[in-house]
Amino acid sequence: MNLLETINLKKYFGDTHAVDNVSLTVAEREFVSLVGPNGAGKTSLINVISALLPSDSGKILFKGEDITQSTVTERVKAGIARSFQIVNLFDDLTAFDNVTLAIFSRQGKTANLAALAHLDHAVSAEADTVLRNFNLVGKRNERARDLSQGERKLLDVALAYALRPKLLFLDEPTSGVSTRDKGQIMDTIASVVRGEGITAVIVEHDMDVVFKYSDRIVVMQQGAILAQGTPDEIKNNDQVAMVLLGSSGPDAFTRKD
Amino acid sequence: MQNTPSRTGPSIRLIVACAIPILIVLVVLPRFIDVYQLQLFTYGLIYAIAALGFNLLLGYTGLLSFGHSAYFGIGAYSAAFLVRYFGIGSIEVYILVGLVFTGLISAAFGYVCVRHTRIFFGILTLALSQVLWTLAYKFFWVTGGTDGLRVAFANLTLLGGLIDFKGRNAYQAFVHSYYYYVLFLFCVCTLLMWVIVHSPFGKALQAIRDNETRAQFLGIPIRRYRWLAFLLSGSFTGLAGILWVPLNGLVTPDILYWPFSGEIVFMTVLGGFRTFSGPIIGAIVFNYLKVYAVASTAYWQFLLGAVLLVLVLALPTGIVGTLSRQFGKLRKRG
Repeated sequence: MNLLETINLKKYFGDTHAVDNVSLTVAEREFVSLVGPNGAGKTSLINVISALLPSDSGKILFKGEDITQSTVTERVKAGIARSFQIVNLFDDLTAFDNVTLAIFSRQGKTANLAALAHLDHAVSAEADTVLRNFNLVGKRNERARDLSQGERKLLDVALAYALRPKLLFLDEPTSGVSTRDKGQIMDTIASVVRGEGITAVIVEHDMDVVFKYSDRIVVMQQGAILAQGTPDEIKNNDQVAMVLLGSSGPDAFTRKD
Repeated sequence: MQNTPSRTGPSIRLIVACAIPILIVLVVLPRFIDVYQLQLFTYGLIYAIAALGFNLLLGYTGLLSFGHSAYFGIGAYSAAFLVRYFGIGSIEVYILVGLVFTGLISAAFGYVCVRHTRIFFGILTLALSQVLWTLAYKFFWVTGGTDGLRVAFANLTLLGGLIDFKGRNAYQAFVHSYYYYVLFLFCVCTLLMWVIVHSPFGKALQAIRDNETRAQFLGIPIRRYRWLAFLLSGSFTGLAGILWVPLNGLVTPDILYWPFSGEIVFMTVLGGFRTFSGPIIGAIVFNYLKVYAVASTAYWQFLLGAVLLVLVLALPTGIVGTLSRQFGKLRKRG
């Protein structure tokens, strides 16, 4: 069953067609990668689906319901969460407090102003479990601003994960981190996402990462979907290789020039 | 008391251990100072309640209001109207009625203001407070205009009529009793505000302050929480206005005018708006600074401005912010 479906979705910025008639489906528990050259519309697409940007036309269906007009908060409550290309955290709060906020929000407790947050032991225990899942338990009491880029990226995803979403958008979760950290970050994310049966849509430039973790790859160009298929199908698609690498032919994605 | 939590949140034991000696000093203080000084200190505590409320918006929600004189003034005028038009002398009635009016005005003004942020929010709060000032100034047949409304301490009763102030040394008795009354409410307000800022709601406000977009993507209803913070902030400031009237004995439109909003901002910034206790210290210090500047020269605004300029340049994180930083450095060295 499709968890997410977009029908002829459009988002234009003047003459720029950031999202151009995109019809996309994502099945439950699927791990989908969105790839494409810079400016292809990958981030714009997830911005529109997550309600950061309003769409110009088209429809967004989530669990079969039309959510095109719903607000960010309504989409979060429905089960859509996301991380950001540029890490978006509460920098003055500790890693622990960042995660507890997400849990309080999910449980509808953020309106409570008559109890001390740190005395809610159930929430504290859950926050510690989330931090452990993301290998951040050692950074529990450090302010978000003091974490390394890789840790900040993981915490960004951990916040979204703590909402227990049905659908998780990850916008370049490994950008700006070293090659060694990239593997660790993606292993951690993949293990949590697969382990919990969360549907994930990831925007990523590193094709090694994309081929390794994806069930399906969607290639975008100039706001539209150019091709989609399994990692093997995409590897052997010359048109995709030309767009992404500027060259085609057998093993284009594995050649090291 | 930094607003960033430690290992498992703020240590309640440590806070109680610090608060008890301070409270003891405050309780015995009237034995060691004269009536005038006690009166000054009571003003300081009242302004501290106003600054605590103001800082829920500035320090914890990231919204700079230039119109908090409105809520202080509404509280003050509510009490004065009860005296003038209903002959009521009970401070408890002033508080109940005044809080209802302040709450209603804060709710209405907040509804308009929190739709905007940054300078637009500041300008809106300023404009709305000026509307109230104009009403108080122009509707003199109701408000007394620039002559104001008198609230004589002699007609005042505390604790539902248990304490009144008649006969010899009535003023001294009033100042003493009123100090303890204000001190009690100050402690209640401080405790309430401490719980609020350390509650899940308080954490959500800090999240909104730090990163509105991310807070939204955690499902936090930004505008509703800003409005609630505004309502609470206005109500605390309104309570301060109610308590201020009997001590001051007179309320005039000056209390609704924008320079008083500026004074509330200054108190908070002077103490340090990134700390919980900063606004309290800032309010008490500012009150002394202003009183002694006024007493020492006709150009008191110039003197006060110069002193404040030096303080702000030398202590950019406020008095408490600077002290905590120095204390932190010393601990690291030790």
